[in-house]
Amino acid sequence: MKALKIQKILFFAILGIATLIYIGPFLFSLSISFNADKNVFDWPIKLLPETFTLDNYKNVWNELPFEKWLFNSVLVTLVQTVTNVFFSALAGFAFARLEFKGRKLIFGLLLSSLMIPGIILLVPKFIILNEFRMINSYAGLIIPGLVGVTNIFLMKQFFETIPKDLEQAALIDGCSYFRIFWQVFLPISKPALAAVAIYTFQGSWNEFLWPVIVTYTEDMYTLPLGMASLRTELLTDWPLLMAGTILISLPTLVIFIVFQRYFVQGVASSGLKG
Amino acid sequence: MATIQIENLEKVYPGAERATIQKANLSIQDKEFVVLVGPSGCGKSTLLRMIAGLEEITSGELQIDGGRMNELSPKDRDIAMVFQNYALYPHMTVFDNMAFGLKLRKTPKQEIKHKVEHAAKILDITHLLDRRPKDMSGGQRQRVAIGRSIVRDPKVFLFDEPLSNLDAKLRVQMRAEIKKLHRQLDATIVYVTHDQIEAMTMGDRIVVLKDGIVQQFDSPMNLFNNPQNKFVAGFIGSPSMNFIEGKIVMQKEATFKSKDLQFAVPKDLRPCLKPYEGKNVVFGFRPEYIYDKAVEKGKRLSESMEIEVEALEPIGSETFVYFHFSGNPDHSFCFRSNSQLAYAVGDKITIGVDIDRLRFFEADTEKRIM
Repeated sequence: MKALKIQKILFFAILGIATLIYIGPFLFSLSISFNADKNVFDWPIKLLPETFTLDNYKNVWNELPFEKWLFNSVLVTLVQTVTNVFFSALAGFAFARLEFKGRKLIFGLLLSSLMIPGIILLVPKFIILNEFRMINSYAGLIIPGLVGVTNIFLMKQFFETIPKDLEQAALIDGCSYFRIFWQVFLPISKPALAAVAIYTFQGSWNEFLWPVIVTYTEDMYTLPLGMASLRTELLTDWPLLMAGTILISLPTLVIFIVFQRYFVQGVASSGLKG
Repeated sequence: MATIQIENLEKVYPGAERATIQKANLSIQDKEFVVLVGPSGCGKSTLLRMIAGLEEITSGELQIDGGRMNELSPKDRDIAMVFQNYALYPHMTVFDNMAFGLKLRKTPKQEIKHKVEHAAKILDITHLLDRRPKDMSGGQRQRVAIGRSIVRDPKVFLFDEPLSNLDAKLRVQMRAEIKKLHRQLDATIVYVTHDQIEAMTMGDRIVVLKDGIVQQFDSPMNLFNNPQNKFVAGFIGSPSMNFIEGKIVMQKEATFKSKDLQFAVPKDLRPCLKPYEGKNVVFGFRPEYIYDKAVEKGKRLSESMEIEVEALEPIGSETFVYFHFSGNPDHSFCFRSNSQLAYAVGDKITIGVDIDRLRFFEADTEKRIM
């Protein structure tokens, strides 16, 4: 019993330290965002602001093209989330349930593309989009992220756990394969779909590298890129930057809290670790 | 309702060494209840799924009501199927589960409602219509699955081991209900099970399958009394038939000789066994037709055989007596005795087998000789 108690205390201590390591920087950002003093990194560093202000948040909205960046981010994220959920489910269904020639080969090729680091693909992707005259456009921002292999894999794994009897019962009932997908498989795959949606939303909302490469005018920036543009070599307005960062991390936080149950279920049922 | 004609039906999976179903020929009558039975992997479910259209037919022909079905998809065959795992749509209510097939066929709403309610009444699940499958017991789910097939009013009902997920008591109850349903619906039913008791109690006729080959297609009592080969004889009946391999020796009289026992074959059976003189044969005798000679006086019994009781399994109405013949303690057999007779382990008894129930099989082909 005593050993168990010590084990429990140790367990919680480790968890506590880990939480602090993860949440510490966020809390510090939060503190900076309310600081009226611009020189937040002057020694000694103060963890709590001496003069508390909401001006930084007001300035984010008033002084920066925040609305435009927000619109860009929302558009890119929404379109990519919807298309990722739809296409990865559709492709996952095909790989999990349909018999067609070359199924294993195509799936193998898709999976093997995961082995190539994303960085390597940046240049070819840029060149292709340049040929299509899509640089610095919404198409250029959105199209490369319409569907992801990881999501297809996740959906395929999930669909494979659905008993074959269910599909056959639907066939006998008179369903076409698309109807089986649409009316039988999709409604019972909410946890996996939610997981895909959350992954995509998070990835797309926080994406930084691709927008940096594909856009060059301020009006095409997404929020992370806009925030990063505030940091210059000579002067960085840290409280303003942190206020913006806190604002843009809110949607992910809310979505994660609301859909946490699905998120965990989805990860568990797909056998993947998030 | 409909007839089903199966002619030289074969199923070979790509890369498989042998056919899963080999040249099956069956003629199923209108309104008949046919059970496909056999051990695991015998191909019974495959055959059912070929009828359903869920497995492609490699060669041969399948006809329902005179029309060729080979190329038709499941939805165009006018069949309904009940699955072992119920296969209910988990996100739909019972009503929607039952109505789904009708909606897809664009049946008018009022008619759907009427049909679903009628089927629910027959199956006594009216009170469950608003529930979802996860809120129901196994038995209730199976009723819904049956209901889903009834509402479509198909030509043929296919059941794929529908009772194997239910507990023993519920299984017996559902067995009777499905039989009753068959009478009510006047339907042609093909039913798959691995349980020979289920097959015997439910089927008008039974198809016994082994390794993809139809062994016998006959009525339950004919399968029991006149099995065409050793496999059917051993598979049908519980406890199963006892077998002893030995030789027929023709001296003054025909004698069956084996390590376990030796006895003179009754006179009227000798002509049949004459061609097998000196050859290996298998002697088969059912536990039901073995009698204690000290008690049974009226029956025509074979020569006396000395046995020693090894173990007893009383089941109330009767007792299964496990024994060996005096000549060979390594080989066990079984007979069903009246539970009033108090035997004890180690008892030595003299038994005889009902002469009319003696069965002999060829040792190599396993075909029945008589």
